[in-house]
Amino acid sequence: MGILEVKDVNKRFGGLQALGDVNLSVAENSCHAIIGPNGAGKSTLLNCLVGKLIPDTGSVMFDGQSVLGRKPYEINQMGISRVFQTPEIFGDLSVLENMMIPIFARRDGAFRMHAVEDTANEKEIVDQAENMLESLNMADKRHMHSASMSRGDKRRLEIGMCLAQEPRLLLLDEPTAGMARADTNNTIDLLKQIKDERDITIAIIEHDMHVVFSLAERITVLAQGTPLVEDTPDKIKGHPKVREAYLGETA
Amino acid sequence: MLGLNKKDTSLLILVAALALFAPFILNPFPVGSAMAQFNAGYPDLMQRFVIFGIFAIGFNILFGLTGYLSFGHAAFLGVGSYAAVWMFKLLSMNVVPAIILSVITAGLFALVIGYVSLRRSGIYFSILTLAFAQMTYALAYSVLTPITGGETGLQLALDDPRVLDGAATGDNIPVPGFFGMEMRGSSQLEIGDWAFTFSNGYYFCAIIMLLSFYLSIRIFRSPFGMMLRAIKSNQQRLYYTGLNARPYTLAAFVISGMYAGLAGGLMAAMDPLAGAERMFWTASGEVVLMTILGGVGTLIGPVLGAGLIKYMENILSKINSDILHGWFAFLPDGLEDLIVTLIYPFIGKGWHLTLGLMFMLVVIFLPGGLVEAGQRISRLFGRKKADDKSEKSTSTEPAE
Repeated sequence: MGILEVKDVNKRFGGLQALGDVNLSVAENSCHAIIGPNGAGKSTLLNCLVGKLIPDTGSVMFDGQSVLGRKPYEINQMGISRVFQTPEIFGDLSVLENMMIPIFARRDGAFRMHAVEDTANEKEIVDQAENMLESLNMADKRHMHSASMSRGDKRRLEIGMCLAQEPRLLLLDEPTAGMARADTNNTIDLLKQIKDERDITIAIIEHDMHVVFSLAERITVLAQGTPLVEDTPDKIKGHPKVREAYLGETA
Repeated sequence: MLGLNKKDTSLLILVAALALFAPFILNPFPVGSAMAQFNAGYPDLMQRFVIFGIFAIGFNILFGLTGYLSFGHAAFLGVGSYAAVWMFKLLSMNVVPAIILSVITAGLFALVIGYVSLRRSGIYFSILTLAFAQMTYALAYSVLTPITGGETGLQLALDDPRVLDGAATGDNIPVPGFFGMEMRGSSQLEIGDWAFTFSNGYYFCAIIMLLSFYLSIRIFRSPFGMMLRAIKSNQQRLYYTGLNARPYTLAAFVISGMYAGLAGGLMAAMDPLAGAERMFWTASGEVVLMTILGGVGTLIGPVLGAGLIKYMENILSKINSDILHGWFAFLPDGLEDLIVTLIYPFIGKGWHLTLGLMFMLVVIFLPGGLVEAGQRISRLFGRKKADDKSEKSTSTEPAE
């Protein structure tokens, strides 16, 4: 029984069957990649996991509890953090403030009326945020306006913000899309480090095979909304069905 | 001091000093001089400065921090005024219960209107708040006449119960006061040709404005304020960080509604009557202008914006063509008439035109409002100093 269990999930947009009978099980403390050609339904599946979309049928269980019908912030509070395809950070805030917000969310829950306390006096939160930035090698940028950072740094910050919540499942939606080679390698190194140092399950959607094969322990191939095969990276590499899905029948 | 950092403390002290010495600062010209009409140091106008300052400070907590642009905040001001006048009629002429009730009533109104309006964001939120405010206005103007006094407004009467004060003695309606200190009482100080008026009502409002300003600094610097800025910055990220934006925005909406109610209550305390026109949509638009003109999201900006607009409304609008002719009498006749004709549309009833032009210039050239203007000026003067400093620091710090 995996930490994330997706059973018979269907999602239809008008005449388009985006997801058809998807079954997926992600084992705890593993790194599971979901790959597939464009339009395979990868992002739709991810959106069903975080509460952005509700599947037409089927169930999504996280640690024995259904996530269906819950709001994104409730699902997040259950322990699922999501990294977006384009880095989503609080661009108007400083890097340190960006890092403090998830720590507040972890400590205080979805809402707390702390309207007259001084933020600077929240020593415990500030320290944790500083430590997190330190471990990301971003301590020197703490007072920087976060919108003015490079894409690689924004991604690093976003992943750090997700980790600061100490989630049990980290979902990554094409974390290296549109990145330069150096930034991509940095991100891979960061994710490897996270995998080694923490008890965390990682589910990653990715186009870049270099990223997938450096990180994943298991890979699910999705094509036209249905899982084609699920196996270890070595087996996936030479699998005829995968070649077919990616390159077409004649190849 | 008071849980503020050094910079905020000095800002608070600056505002306190400005408020305390306003009767002097705003009266720079001697009585009887040609420039005396630019004096703004009379109680009625000074009270309006601080009351609308409170209104704008509260509005800025919503608009400046969360980015939600409410177009119906005047409704809360009006509701506050009605609540205060009813308190004067029924309970006591003391302003304290009146102001407390106006804040509470406005808060409850804001809770209901905010709960519905905050289901949408952006332009739809603005339209919803505008619709609610116009409905409130229409209700106050006609349907609810027994409560609001309709077209004539709500006024005090000699036979009002005033349970705590007892029956009125004499033929005069009693005036609002603070434990016996009459709001309209004042004392005069004459120094040479200058006359300075110290009004009880003004100082009462000024103290409340300082408290409101202090509270707004605390909110800006609190984790709550940080969450509000995060909402403005990226609501999606906030939801996926396990935070629910809704209660945060609603709390900000209610707080700013209570500020508006406080301003409305103070208006009634200074002059105990309330009319529906206070809730008209132009009044809601005015506070938006004040905040943008002063500087959205800055601490002191809304106060400056409120002061500037109220000054123009009261001073610029009093200049008429006779006064203009007086100023330019030294010019040859034809030229004098030409200049007066050119300036005339911008003064008197045309002061809105000047305001509009100023607003355009500020939005285009100074998006940060008057506060940005101040920063640019201080940078201009501070540049030399800063250059000296940076030279020093580069020489002392070792290179990498």
